[in-house]
Amino acid sequence: MAGETTAGNATPGNATPGSAGLTREDAAYVARLARIDLTDDELGLYAVQLATVIGHAAELAALDTDGVEPTAHPLPLRNVTRADEPRPSLDRAEVLAQAPAVEDGRFRVPPILGEAP
Amino acid sequence: MTTPGDSGAPGTPGDRSSPALEIARDVRAGSVSARDVVERYLGAVDAVDGELHAFVTVLHDSARREAAAVDRQVAAGEDPGPLAGVPVALKDNLCTRGVPTTCSSRILDGWCPPYEATVVERLRRAGAVVIGKTNLDEFAMGSSTENSAFGPTRNPHDPARVPGGSSGGSAAAVAAGLAPLALGSDTGGSIRQPAALCGVVGMKPTYGTVSRYGLVAFASSLDQIGPITTTVTESAVLFDVIGGQDPCDSTCLERPAPRTVSALADGVEGLRVGLVTELVDGADQAVAARVHEAAGVLEAGGARVEEISIPELRHGLPAYYVLAPAEASSNLSRYDGVRYGLRVEAGTAEAMNAATRAAGFGPEVKRRIMLGTYALSAGYYDAYYSQAQKVRTLIIDALGVAYQRFDVLLGATTPTTAFALGAKVDDPWSMYLSDVCTVPSNLAGHPAISIPFGSDDKGLPVGVQVLAPSLCEPVMFQVAAVVERGAPVLAPPGIRAA
Amino acid sequence: MNAGGKGWEPVIGLEVHCELKTETKLFCGCRNAFGDEPNTNVCPVCLGLPGSLPVLNTRAVEYAMRIGLALHCEVRPSIFHRKNYFYPDMPKDYQVSQYDAPINVSGWLELPDASRVRIERAHMEEDTGKTSHIGGGGRIHDADHALVDYNRAGVPLVEIVSAPDIGSSAQARLYASELRGILVATGASDGRMEEGSMRVDANVSVRPAGTFELGTRCEIKNLNSLRSLGRAIEYEIERQVGLLESGDKVVQQTRHWNEDEGVTVALRSKEEAFDYRYFPEPDLVPVVPDAGWQAEVAASIGPMPADRRDKLASLLGLEPPTRARADQIATVVEHGLDGLVSAAADAGVDVALALARTANEASADPDAARRLDVAGFIGLLRMEQDRKLSATQAKTVLADMLENGGDPVEIAKRRGFEALDAGSLAAVVAEVVADHPDEWQRYVGGEDKLVGFFTMHVMRATNNRANGKEVAAELRRLRG
Repeated sequence: MAGETTAGNATPGNATPGSAGLTREDAAYVARLARIDLTDDELGLYAVQLATVIGHAAELAALDTDGVEPTAHPLPLRNVTRADEPRPSLDRAEVLAQAPAVEDGRFRVPPILGEAP
Repeated sequence: MTTPGDSGAPGTPGDRSSPALEIARDVRAGSVSARDVVERYLGAVDAVDGELHAFVTVLHDSARREAAAVDRQVAAGEDPGPLAGVPVALKDNLCTRGVPTTCSSRILDGWCPPYEATVVERLRRAGAVVIGKTNLDEFAMGSSTENSAFGPTRNPHDPARVPGGSSGGSAAAVAAGLAPLALGSDTGGSIRQPAALCGVVGMKPTYGTVSRYGLVAFASSLDQIGPITTTVTESAVLFDVIGGQDPCDSTCLERPAPRTVSALADGVEGLRVGLVTELVDGADQAVAARVHEAAGVLEAGGARVEEISIPELRHGLPAYYVLAPAEASSNLSRYDGVRYGLRVEAGTAEAMNAATRAAGFGPEVKRRIMLGTYALSAGYYDAYYSQAQKVRTLIIDALGVAYQRFDVLLGATTPTTAFALGAKVDDPWSMYLSDVCTVPSNLAGHPAISIPFGSDDKGLPVGVQVLAPSLCEPVMFQVAAVVERGAPVLAPPGIRAA
Repeated sequence: MNAGGKGWEPVIGLEVHCELKTETKLFCGCRNAFGDEPNTNVCPVCLGLPGSLPVLNTRAVEYAMRIGLALHCEVRPSIFHRKNYFYPDMPKDYQVSQYDAPINVSGWLELPDASRVRIERAHMEEDTGKTSHIGGGGRIHDADHALVDYNRAGVPLVEIVSAPDIGSSAQARLYASELRGILVATGASDGRMEEGSMRVDANVSVRPAGTFELGTRCEIKNLNSLRSLGRAIEYEIERQVGLLESGDKVVQQTRHWNEDEGVTVALRSKEEAFDYRYFPEPDLVPVVPDAGWQAEVAASIGPMPADRRDKLASLLGLEPPTRARADQIATVVEHGLDGLVSAAADAGVDVALALARTANEASADPDAARRLDVAGFIGLLRMEQDRKLSATQAKTVLADMLENGGDPVEIAKRRGFEALDAGSLAAVVAEVVADHPDEWQRYVGGEDKLVGFFTMHVMRATNNRANGKEVAAELRRLRG
């Protein structure tokens, strides 16, 4: 699938679990991915706090999980589907009533800088 | 008329009255009006909640209208449902149509869903009256309700202490007699732990037995809605009302939740109970003592209790704190200021998103989004997310082995009793440790219930936890009922309805 | 297959997103409709409101399987993944798609020239809403603000990814055209590029001819017709060759085709590539189509365009057909009119004639042709075949039938197209001959090409009711 190179030269930190911790740059990269503005102080604080939690998570790396399948669902369900039959949509007025900005029956946003992938 | 918390003198075993069931019985019989019931509870809320802060929104007008409708049905000889006239408090991450659903977050402040959660529809069909929306840790992330954007809820047993979280508001409301029934949600212990800290019953159902449609998602493969009640019987009744397959939820089981109420009287003769080392070690001395006493009650009832060590459970907390934030980081992306909720204007859509999320999310939510984003990001997925999912399998398998020897497992619900407000806010990992006994059930999708069992030397409630395999709610409730019967009666909380 | 004959080999792969023709969206019961008032086909699920959950549309799964089976794919157990990125037309700021466990893998598509293009995968995913950029003269980068309509959000898509097996812009057009025919034949999609129900993106790279390592590729978007597809690929090949030959490198990027200027343009690219953080969608369970379900779906797919072309060729009795006949066959099948030819063949009408009239005349108005009364069409063909109508007359009657319907016999009568009997024909020919003695002398003297001259006059005199061959025969008879 084109356009989906994984983050090449911008890989945060290094990929070894348990290593010395998240840098401020790592935290900044993650904040950009998560689209949250963080102040410098917040970046510093979160880098430290996240590093602690990551450190605990890194203990898991020591466990032998060869041949163990990951559990994505605790349920054995398969093939849950519904018939292709229309159901009532929402009333547009109700939908738009709580929108922060509306124009011409559509949601209005400031100009979009980037392209959709 | 019944008052909650009535029974034998403190410290002695005795039957607990079930306020919700008594209300329903009396309203259905016509000996009490639903209007009078709801007025009494609204009065209690108005009198007490200023100090307790269990509620985010109190629904005076609509509750009165709903109660009046129940009374009309009774008068007309129609069946008003098994929970007729019973006031119920809903955690504020459950969508209620036309009523603010904030998740205790600034980013959803004032947002009114145009639709209703399935469990709320089922409660209404059963005749329950929605009395208000309760406080929670923002987006259900937390173990103390201190992460609410609207201020913490206090523990009714000691207002300087936390009620637990994230369903702290619901647990405090039931403990203080402000509502006989409440719903909470449990992702890593968020029903059971506050129930334990407040001295009430809190139950997490088998994953998939209660529809999540209308529950604002935190971690989709772990979240479940469940009852918070005064007694085990009420918990079973409420579970039967809200449970069952829902065409709006693909992860909801295709068969209805097992009928549980009938199992309650069966006793524990011959049942095999495993007392799990890892769920008692590391608990405060008073908490551990109560768990052992609960084991004694079960033995006296004819159960065979044995100690068992399940070392894999120790990996539950780190696995949970990778998986839950990872799913949450994706579930919370939608709060971008475009379609509803808070918007902070800016020159571009991208800047608007980032500024909105910065202003709208509290620190714990930001922390978990960051953590989850990191765990899923390129280069880290295998080491963290994928590995945690494999550890999840190890835990499920280990519990499966344990359940070959035992029918249920027993342990503490949480290692401590209620801690002081502010005591753990600066150390996230110390706060996360509150979940160490509860997360395994979420990871496995198994049911578990916390039953109040006495207190510590300060009089703070202790909860003991009964765990069972998937879809084994009947035996879980069976055992819980016996534990409840043998539990020392708790002194009523300092903050409560008159 | 030469890029300017300079020893470079183009390597092309196509990604086609096709909208499925279901009644409702992929995960909710909102209508899957084009052109409705903005934000009127939305609900908590497709708006991604807090607390909403997806439930998969059965028919969408079946259509996805039809497409996979028609492309000779292996249908596998599959799951959905979340593809996480922020954009205002994404209600959840993640797209539910399929990643490393897609429903269809490892197929192939055979082109009419018998070359094969491998299909790597054809997976399900949901569509996004539509963004309109307002102000700034319609140029995205100068816009003042944007407006979003979520009617399209959640519409089911199948994304079909080919291997980079395509070697030229012509082959790319052939692939896209054949794929469109297959999609329409499965009933899963209506394949309209101009309307956006079939969207084609091209991945283009070049390498020195005869080598095997792939060069750096660019993804070309905004191709709204087969013609744009061809032109854009041609342009991009030249652009890349130009870069490489002057010692520059091709930068991997997404480029937009600008139809007016005839160029591809790099989009303003970000420093970081997208990190989609794919993980399995926890709100949906795996889709495991068992052998029974697959067999049911396979049985419900009608014949593919290639099969229908083969059938017409065998009716013609020409294996392989001539180039001209092959073109006619392709046209007829593309417009879904092969039924007309088959019916004519069944009725004993000359197949070549039926094919010609369908391909050359009826296909001028395919919608009307699809509504044509088959018995009437066969009747008309018989009239021409039996010489009751000339070719010209028959074409006129057919045009009438396409526009207004009606019975060919009545139309012929109304237009005075009754055929001339032999005696009347002889009389008219004799008159025309008498009117043009000089030309007659020359014809008698051996200038056979004057047949055309006399035929023209006979046609005029008889209002096109004469049969050309019969006129020629009469002239020869008169000459002796």
